[in-house]
Amino acid sequence: MSYLTLALTLVFVLIPLLLSKSLGLGLEKDTVIATVRSIIQLLAVGYVLNFVFDSESFLFIFLMVALMIAAATQNARKKGTGIRGVTWKLTLTFVSIELLTQSILIGFNIVPATAQYIISLSGMVVGNSMVLAILFLNRFSAEVESNRDIGELILSLGGTPKQAIHQQLITSIKASMIPTIESQKTIGLVQLPGMMSGQIIAGADPIQAVQFQLLVLFLLLSTAALTSVLLGFLVYPTLFNERMQQIPWK
Amino acid sequence: MSSHQSPALQFSNVHYTIDDIAILHNVSGCFPKGKITALVGPSGAGKTTLLKLCNGLLSPTSGSICVNSQPIDQFEPPQLRRHIGMVLQNSPMLKGSVYDNLALPFRLKGEQLTKEEAVNLLEQTGLQRSFLEADALNLSGGQRQKVSIARTLGNQSSVLLLDEITSSLDRTSVQEIETLILRLNKDNGTSVIWITHNLEQAMRVSDYLWVMMNGQVVETGDPSLLDSPANEQVAKFVKGEQS
Repeated sequence: MSYLTLALTLVFVLIPLLLSKSLGLGLEKDTVIATVRSIIQLLAVGYVLNFVFDSESFLFIFLMVALMIAAATQNARKKGTGIRGVTWKLTLTFVSIELLTQSILIGFNIVPATAQYIISLSGMVVGNSMVLAILFLNRFSAEVESNRDIGELILSLGGTPKQAIHQQLITSIKASMIPTIESQKTIGLVQLPGMMSGQIIAGADPIQAVQFQLLVLFLLLSTAALTSVLLGFLVYPTLFNERMQQIPWK
Repeated sequence: MSSHQSPALQFSNVHYTIDDIAILHNVSGCFPKGKITALVGPSGAGKTTLLKLCNGLLSPTSGSICVNSQPIDQFEPPQLRRHIGMVLQNSPMLKGSVYDNLALPFRLKGEQLTKEEAVNLLEQTGLQRSFLEADALNLSGGQRQKVSIARTLGNQSSVLLLDEITSSLDRTSVQEIETLILRLNKDNGTSVIWITHNLEQAMRVSDYLWVMMNGQVVETGDPSLLDSPANEQVAKFVKGEQS
């Protein structure tokens, strides 16, 4: 795609701008900022990826993945305000999932250990894990606050913090995993995944594109389960003190 | 309190503060063992907070609480909370049947509650066997309070903390619950601390009385002190509650 053709795609930005202006939505500034940021960020990452792929250095691969994890942690931690040590808990979750998934992918020789695969798949894993972490923290804080009386009841009868929070934890883990499972049920029927479509447009064999897409889908399913379970079990103890009393989620 | 009554719980200079607001201020006194102590006072006096301190759901900001002459923080929280059972004011119910709720204290210990044991717990509070399979979330306020009491009885606690447990009950049910608590006290020697807004009930059921106002204990002694309170604030409160 030439830069001129790319410039023509801005027509798709003009449409929401015009709609926002005519309907008085007040979203013009945000739309322009989002457009400019996406152009700068994606072009920058494109040049950086070019450099890293050419260098074939594991140090650069490591730095790229570390940067992804740092950005995901920074974004998700805003939803965990009030949880002691939320930053390291999120970092530990993302690092564990990244290590586990890459170990399986490379260890079983599912994909080659090259920058092209490691960085692309890490981006999907960490990005998806970040969204799941935000969904989980949102739901968990709501569940904990709305069921404080049940937590108090269980503690008052001699239950442990784990027993007091069990139901809220399970509900939140399930709720955060449901969107991933549901979207997989309709994939190919309602929507064609972006990665697969991109490969097909770029000229790849559709069957090969589907194979890679299946790999990504299974990877994301595993990421969804691991993120909410790991984060849940790291977070819940911080909602109680050493005397097994509930601490408000501020 | 006469010298032969050893305390089930002893408070010494207890303060409880949350977000720099003093909820309890310099609370000292005893709850006699094997007796029923009524805890009365206007709303916001700190009565429920005091009960939660007894059960270890809260810890004092300063001061000390002793259970059978042992500092409360020397007990493991689950052990303490089974020893000092509490019936919560809002009677929260788990999703599920009445049986599921009665089985909760047993499940938390890794034990099972038989149907017969559950019926026995239920009947102690005046509820019939047919309630066992009822949906706990669909019970009336009074039924919830009864199930909540029956559930706490499952732990066979030595001390029972009751937070306005008869506030939603009709007169017959109030009598049934009062009879039950008096029987538990007499037969098992269970010490009871009973928050009530009903001063007549306080005088009827209790052996000892605490009056709290603005986070402080203003009077303790024989329940008959409500007939002619020495403290002016208490006199006004009694007059207000009885009018």
